[in-house]
Amino acid sequence: MELIFAQSRPGRCACNLPKLDVPAQDCLPDALRRTKPVALPEVTELDAVRHFTNLSRLNFSVDSHFYPLGSCTMKYNPKAHEVIARMPGFTTPHPRLLEIPGGSDALQGTLEVLYREERFLSELFGFAETTLQPMAGANGEFTGVMLIAAWCKKQGQSQRKVMLIPDSAHGTNPASAAQAGFICREIKSDAGGNLDLEDLKAKLGPDVAGLMLTCPNTIGMFNHDVKAICDLVHQAGGLCYCDGANANAIVGRVRPGDLGFDVMHVNVHKTFSTPHGGGGPGAGPVCVKENLQPFLPKPRIVKNADGTFALDNNCPESIGHIAPFLGSFAVLLRSCAYMLNLGREGMRRVSENAVLNANYLRVKLAPFFDQQITRDCMHECVFSATRSKDNGVHALDIAKALIDRGFHPPTIYFPLIIPEALMIEPTETESKETLDAFIAAMQEIASLAASNPEALLQAPLSTPVRRLDETGAARHPDLASLED
Amino acid sequence: MLNPRLQPGVRRFPNQAPRRGAPIKETAVPYIANTDSDRAEMFAAIGYRDFADMWQRAQVTEPVPPLTALPEGMSEHELLQLFQQLSQQNNSGLLSFLGGGYYDHLIPAALDAIVSRSEFYTAYTPYQPEASQGTLQTIYEYQSAICRLTGLQIANASLYDGGSAVFEAALLSKRVTRRSQIIISAGVSPTFRAMLRTYSAYQDLTIQEIPVAPNRLCDDLDALEKAISSDTAAVILQYPNFFGCIPDFSAVTAKAKKLRALSIAVCYPTALALLQPPGELNFDLAVGEAQPLGLSLACGGPYLGFMAAKSEYMRKMPGRIAGRTTDLDGKTGYVLTLQAREQHIRRENAMSNICSNQNLCALTALVYLTLLGKQGFQEVARQCASKTAFLRQCLADSPEIKVLGDGTFFNELTLELPGPADKFVRQALPKGCAPGLPLGLYYPGREKQLLVAVTEKRTRAEITTLAKILKEAAWN
Repeated sequence: MELIFAQSRPGRCACNLPKLDVPAQDCLPDALRRTKPVALPEVTELDAVRHFTNLSRLNFSVDSHFYPLGSCTMKYNPKAHEVIARMPGFTTPHPRLLEIPGGSDALQGTLEVLYREERFLSELFGFAETTLQPMAGANGEFTGVMLIAAWCKKQGQSQRKVMLIPDSAHGTNPASAAQAGFICREIKSDAGGNLDLEDLKAKLGPDVAGLMLTCPNTIGMFNHDVKAICDLVHQAGGLCYCDGANANAIVGRVRPGDLGFDVMHVNVHKTFSTPHGGGGPGAGPVCVKENLQPFLPKPRIVKNADGTFALDNNCPESIGHIAPFLGSFAVLLRSCAYMLNLGREGMRRVSENAVLNANYLRVKLAPFFDQQITRDCMHECVFSATRSKDNGVHALDIAKALIDRGFHPPTIYFPLIIPEALMIEPTETESKETLDAFIAAMQEIASLAASNPEALLQAPLSTPVRRLDETGAARHPDLASLED
Repeated sequence: MLNPRLQPGVRRFPNQAPRRGAPIKETAVPYIANTDSDRAEMFAAIGYRDFADMWQRAQVTEPVPPLTALPEGMSEHELLQLFQQLSQQNNSGLLSFLGGGYYDHLIPAALDAIVSRSEFYTAYTPYQPEASQGTLQTIYEYQSAICRLTGLQIANASLYDGGSAVFEAALLSKRVTRRSQIIISAGVSPTFRAMLRTYSAYQDLTIQEIPVAPNRLCDDLDALEKAISSDTAAVILQYPNFFGCIPDFSAVTAKAKKLRALSIAVCYPTALALLQPPGELNFDLAVGEAQPLGLSLACGGPYLGFMAAKSEYMRKMPGRIAGRTTDLDGKTGYVLTLQAREQHIRRENAMSNICSNQNLCALTALVYLTLLGKQGFQEVARQCASKTAFLRQCLADSPEIKVLGDGTFFNELTLELPGPADKFVRQALPKGCAPGLPLGLYYPGREKQLLVAVTEKRTRAEITTLAKILKEAAWN
């Protein structure tokens, strides 16, 4: 589609501002005045609405398509939560009211929502305290490892500069650890995504600050030896970080705090159903045990004896400010609504049905695709597109063929330790009929891969564009339209 | 009136203790599709007896944890009612002159209609470009709008907020120059500086803050210029600065250029409608908080960090970037590009640990800029400037209230009050007015100063009311 800038016609305008009711004047320094207005589009409201509406229709989305993107938990986002997030009492208040003396009195609703959410998350995952400040999952990881760094320093153990990270981990784990000043050391996983215990033991030592472990792991498996792993790390004087990206599989059923983890982040846009927004905004609350509590980002939300809520800035050991204020409130609000909507029993129903749906796909797809691991999975199942490789059909081709069949593809080529990975996460909100239709499409694709691979290599053919030249895009980058 | 305890009939969070020994209900849970008969069929297909068997086989042998903090589920009606009442515990009717980097602007009605399209908000990262052209083209258009606003050649798909964008810019300057000293003026938002300090705690970065004397609004240009050396990776400057002043930084950026340090501008995007953009002022990078571009204040977010740069820094940029390319038939299309910079490829050597962007917020900013358009965006900025100038006029005859500075400003004024500003604000709040930010909260020595922001949303009558409150306050 034509860019919005190309649709611009001088004199058109979509905005209808109030008439200026004071004398027109300004007090800008003449030397710093802009000489030409910003080259924004000049379009009518209809032009704008039609442009963006038509663009939106080029997307696959949860509301329009089954979206089994592994590790992303593309579950349905209830509409009531959108209504709540738009309530003027929540959208209007200025964040700096939080900083003004007496301002908290005007924000009791916001503070209560956040205070309760901290309690809910702490209990759901088995920790003492939670901070809601991190503005995304990766930002939560960074916060979590910063807390570990602060703890090491407090213990007089600043020589602990190494963070152990399995080779199956998401790329944000090492990137976050590095940003917090750690040296990353990789731990091998076996084919099941389980940590190689011998490799772990060999790499533990007085220079190790901790271990970042995804639980359930990035292959979608629950490690029965997690407790033993946490014990080993603790014995060596380190702490255990739980990457909660896959918490949808265990919410209400297993608490990482009970398994021995010291700190954990959770992605509310996954487990707690806040919309993914095409890639954000998310939120990545971090839960901690008592040992890390003093280091949490400030300010902390506290409940006064009279039942009112306030902010406590007296946190001398805090790592500081992760968010400009208390975190992405409107995102957190939706997740709090989700927890209250489903309730304590609903939470467990979520993980049960998410795991059931994934295992149903695992068993039903097993005849058609190779599997590195055949045991029961948690919320997602991983296949390898290795059977059709000799015919030239790769995971990418299977993904594109699924698009033509009306399904968003699974995550492909992740985790890195699985060749030709196809990682499928159906979530609990999808029906058996949808899963069966997906299975039928996958079966058809598998048989075409064997009998007529050419038919798949051209896919997708039903989309607004065909396969795109990504190499060319990186080699000759065109990143913006600077002039009309 | 503000204390919820004093309000009769306020519904509190439900907090029933679990019934002892009560069986878990097998009733339908909202949003879960499986019926009992679906479950029976699926159990049979997999070979499970029941859920207990399923967990056992998945090696989950932990006992089911008891939950007491979270109540039982509620109906949609109860849920909406509860949150409606909670939202009313906030005082959203304040007459607000608060700013400091986050502003209360008018938002066109069409904006929410567009960003509420669920094809946008229930999609994810455009990993499959053929199925995500809508998201990808809007990112490209957003990047284009940010470039046009800042006068720079490239922009990323956005960062979490202004503060994290300042940190990412500092890291970029370290990568480019291989130096570790960051010079930042105290005219930069104290919020951003606090976040920069937190985020840099374990980075090899030395952060030198150049203070602004308490009796001045303009950054200390001489001290900034002197501080730049051949060890400097970047100098970070904000315009308008936190006090609303618009300094001419040309001598500082010239010195930085001479010593091959980067100049980073922190900008208030609405002000750029009228002010010369960073790209024309010798800045290498522009970052900032784009909340004023159509995002609700929402007491803390989600917000939107923007980042634009000269094209030579393209391969050092953090975060997602969309690019324009062609498909097999030569048709124009869009993809995520230059991914070799990112964590999923580069792991601990990535430019940043950021994985997503603030995509829906970036879309919001793009739609806002489109709906306002070339004329409307300029008109909004003109109205802000006019109304702020009007407030100054209203205060001109006051013997007690002094407008500080050299007389140049965009939409924020620093006032010197006869008494402590925090006390004044505390007294004004219960009367329904948030008259500004007491600057002493952020800058010791400025206890009598109040930072007042005026946007196009404030009417003449409201501005006159503020002037009246200021003039009639009892200062002793």
